[in-house]
Amino acid sequence: MPTPTTNLTPEQLEAFGQELDAIRARIVADLGERDADYIKKVIRAQRGLEVAGRGMLSLGLLPPAWIGGTAALSFSKILDNMEIGHNVMHGQYDWMKDPRLNGKTFEWDTACPGDQWRHSHNYMHHTHTNIVGKDRDIGYGILRMSEDQPWHPYYLGNPLYAALLAIFFQYGVALHDLEAERIAAGETSLGEKRGMLGDIWRKARGQTLKDYVLFPLLSGPSFPLVLAGNATANLTRNLWAFTIIFCGHFPEGTQEFTQEEAENETRGEWYYRQLLGSANLAGGKLFHILAGNLSHQIEHHLFPDLPAHRYAEISVEVREICKRYGIPYNAGPLPEQFGSVVRKIVKLALPPLPGRGGSEPDGDKAEARLQELPAAARPV
Amino acid sequence: MNTRALTDAGLRTLSTATSSRGLGRRLLRSSLLEALAYPHGVDRYVELVRPLLVKRDVRAEVMAVRHQTPKSVTLTLCPNENWRGQRAGQFVGVSVEIDGVRETRPYSPAGSQHAAGGALELTVSTHPEGKVSRYLRERARPGMIVGLTQAEGDFVLPDPRPERVLLISGGSGITPVMAMLRTLCDEGFTGEVCFLNYARSRELALYGAELDQLVDRHVRLRVARGYTRGRGLPVTGRFRREHLRAANCDHFRAATFVCGPPALIDSVRALWAQDGLAAPAVETFTPPALSFDTHGAEGRVSFAASGREAANSGLPLLEQAEDAGLAPEHGCRMGICNTCSCRKTAGAVRNVLTGEISSAGDEQIRICVSVPLGDVALEL
Repeated sequence: MPTPTTNLTPEQLEAFGQELDAIRARIVADLGERDADYIKKVIRAQRGLEVAGRGMLSLGLLPPAWIGGTAALSFSKILDNMEIGHNVMHGQYDWMKDPRLNGKTFEWDTACPGDQWRHSHNYMHHTHTNIVGKDRDIGYGILRMSEDQPWHPYYLGNPLYAALLAIFFQYGVALHDLEAERIAAGETSLGEKRGMLGDIWRKARGQTLKDYVLFPLLSGPSFPLVLAGNATANLTRNLWAFTIIFCGHFPEGTQEFTQEEAENETRGEWYYRQLLGSANLAGGKLFHILAGNLSHQIEHHLFPDLPAHRYAEISVEVREICKRYGIPYNAGPLPEQFGSVVRKIVKLALPPLPGRGGSEPDGDKAEARLQELPAAARPV
Repeated sequence: MNTRALTDAGLRTLSTATSSRGLGRRLLRSSLLEALAYPHGVDRYVELVRPLLVKRDVRAEVMAVRHQTPKSVTLTLCPNENWRGQRAGQFVGVSVEIDGVRETRPYSPAGSQHAAGGALELTVSTHPEGKVSRYLRERARPGMIVGLTQAEGDFVLPDPRPERVLLISGGSGITPVMAMLRTLCDEGFTGEVCFLNYARSRELALYGAELDQLVDRHVRLRVARGYTRGRGLPVTGRFRREHLRAANCDHFRAATFVCGPPALIDSVRALWAQDGLAAPAVETFTPPALSFDTHGAEGRVSFAASGREAANSGLPLLEQAEDAGLAPEHGCRMGICNTCSCRKTAGAVRNVLTGEISSAGDEQIRICVSVPLGDVALEL
C-alpha cells in the first residue's frame, strides 16, 4: 500500500529505517552497568521519597510536615509510575535478567493491573499508534481527539470528560482495557470481561486499602490529614501523568492514520508513522526524569524497549536524521504543547464547520508542512 | 574425635541468635506490612537497607576470600535465613551482576553440610571464557552479596551412610566430593574412605594441605593424588585400574562417587562395567558433547507469550528461542540449574541428556536440553 502522506520514495523510507535500526543496534550493544546503575538509583530515590513522604505525613499535624510529606509522596508516585513502572514494563531492563525488573512481571503503584497495561499500552497503543479505530489511546474511548472520529452531540462534553479523566486518571487507565465503549455498543459483553474486572478490582482494592485505610488508620489522630495527603499525592500524579501523556500524541501537528494507511507497513514506514504521530517536550534533566522520559515521546515510540534515560542522547541523532529526510519533528515546551492539546479538546467538542469535511485525513497537513520546508531539507 | 560435638554447639549458638531476632523478623513478615508495601512487597524496600533481610530470596554475604591456586578462588559464604541447607554433593546456583546483567552459574559447595552457622564454602575454578568465575576471582570481597538458589542435585551421600566410600575427582570436580569427605569426617564416620584425587599439577591441585590434615586425623582415610602433568603420590597420570590397587581401594565393595571432566567419568564407568559393577554415582560440570540430529527435524516451534514461531531446527529449544530473537532466562545450558525451566503447553520433546521422551502436553521442561519432536508450543 502507498505510505501515508509522504513525499519520500520507498527506497528513501527504507534507508531511513535502516539508519534508525543502526541507532538501536548501537545502543543495545552498549547497554551495561551505566543503565543498571541508573534505574537502581531511580528506584532508590523513589523508595526513599515514599518512606520519607509517608513518615512526614504521619506527623501531619504540623503544616510543613503535611506539605513536605504530600510533595515527597507525589514525587514518589510519579517516579514509580513513569520513569520506573512504565519503562520497566516495556521490558527496557529485561536484558539485566533481574527478576525484580522483569517487564513481564513488574507491578506498579497505581490502580491499573500491570498485565492489562502490558496489553493495552505495550501492544495495542505502541503497535497501532495513532491509528483511528485501533489505538484506544486516541481519546481512551471517551474523548474525541481526532477529526477522523465522527462527531456526535455526546462530544459536546469533551472538555468536561477530559478534565474528569485527568483527575481520575489512574482509574481511567485501569478501565482502559475493558473497552467500556464497546460494551456499551453491544460489541462485547461485561461477562466476557469478568476476569479482567476481577483483576482491576483486586488491584484497586490493594491500592485503596493502603492509601485510604491503612496508612490513615495507623497515624491515629492524623487520620484525616494522612488521608488528604495521600489523596493529594494520587491526584498530583494523575494530573501530571495525564498532561505528559496527552502531550505525547495530541499537540497540533501530530497525525492520526486510517487502518488502510497502516496496512502492510515496512519497518521504515512503521518508524515514519511513529514519528508523525508523536511529539516531544523540551525541558531540563529533572523534568525529563519526572516525565519518565516520555517527554522524548518520539524516541520512545521509535525504540520503546530501550532504557528511557538514553532517549536524550538518541534524540540528537533522530533530529538530525529527520532534518535530512525532511520529516517534521514535533517538539515544544510543555505550556505550548499542552495549550495546543487543550485547544484540540475544545475544538473537537464542536461539530465540524460546514464546508470542511471532518473526516479528511490529517495527511494534507503534513504534506503542506513538507512544502514549507526550506529546499535544502526537502527529500531529494 | 569430637568434631560432631563442636558442630552441635555451633548450631545451638546459631539458633539462639535466630530467636533473638525473631520479633523483628515476624514483624517484617506480617501481612499488615505487606499491605502497606503493596504492590512492590516489603522485600523491595528492606533490601535497599539490608539486602540479606529479605523474606523470599536466598542471598549470602561473602565472609572470606582466599586463593588456593592461581586459577581459583575460595569463598566462604554466610547465607540468609531463607537458605534451607544442603546435602553434601549438591550444587547451588550463584548469581552476580556483571556489567548490569545478572549471571547465574551452578557451583558445588566444598564444605561440610554440618558447617557452623550453615556457612558455605565455594571453590570456583576460573576458565578463560568463564565470565562468572573470572568475576568472582577478580572482584569478590568480604561484604559482597551474591544471590543463591536452594541446593539441588541427586549426587549425594546416601542415608544411612555406606560402610565403605570411594571418592574420585578430577580438577575442579573435587568440590562436591570434598563436601562429602568433610561431612563424613564431621560425622565421625568410622568406615573406610578412599579418595583418588586428580589434578593437572601439584600447583593447581585444590585442597592439598587440607587433605593432608584430614589424613593425619582419620586413620581409615586414604588419599591418592595423580597429576596429569608430573608425578603424583602414590599414583601417576590419569585414572587407571592400577590406581585403585596402589591406593588400596576395594572398589567392589565401596559406594563410589565420581566428579570431574567427561573423560574421567567415562573411564571410571568403563572399568566398573568391565568388572560387572553397578554404575557409580557421577557428576560432571563440563557440558557433555551432545550431538543433535538436525537433519530429520520436523514441525514448528511456537513461542506463545511473544507470538513468534519458527521451523524446528532440531537444536535444543533454548537455542531455537535465541535464534528466534528471544532472550530466555538461562544458566548452565546443560540441564543442571533449572533456570531456563519453561512451560511447554503442547507437543513432545526429547531430553538430550537422558534420551527420555516426554509427550505430556502441559509440563515444565528445561529448554536447554530439550529438543522438540515435531510441533511444540512454549510459554515464552
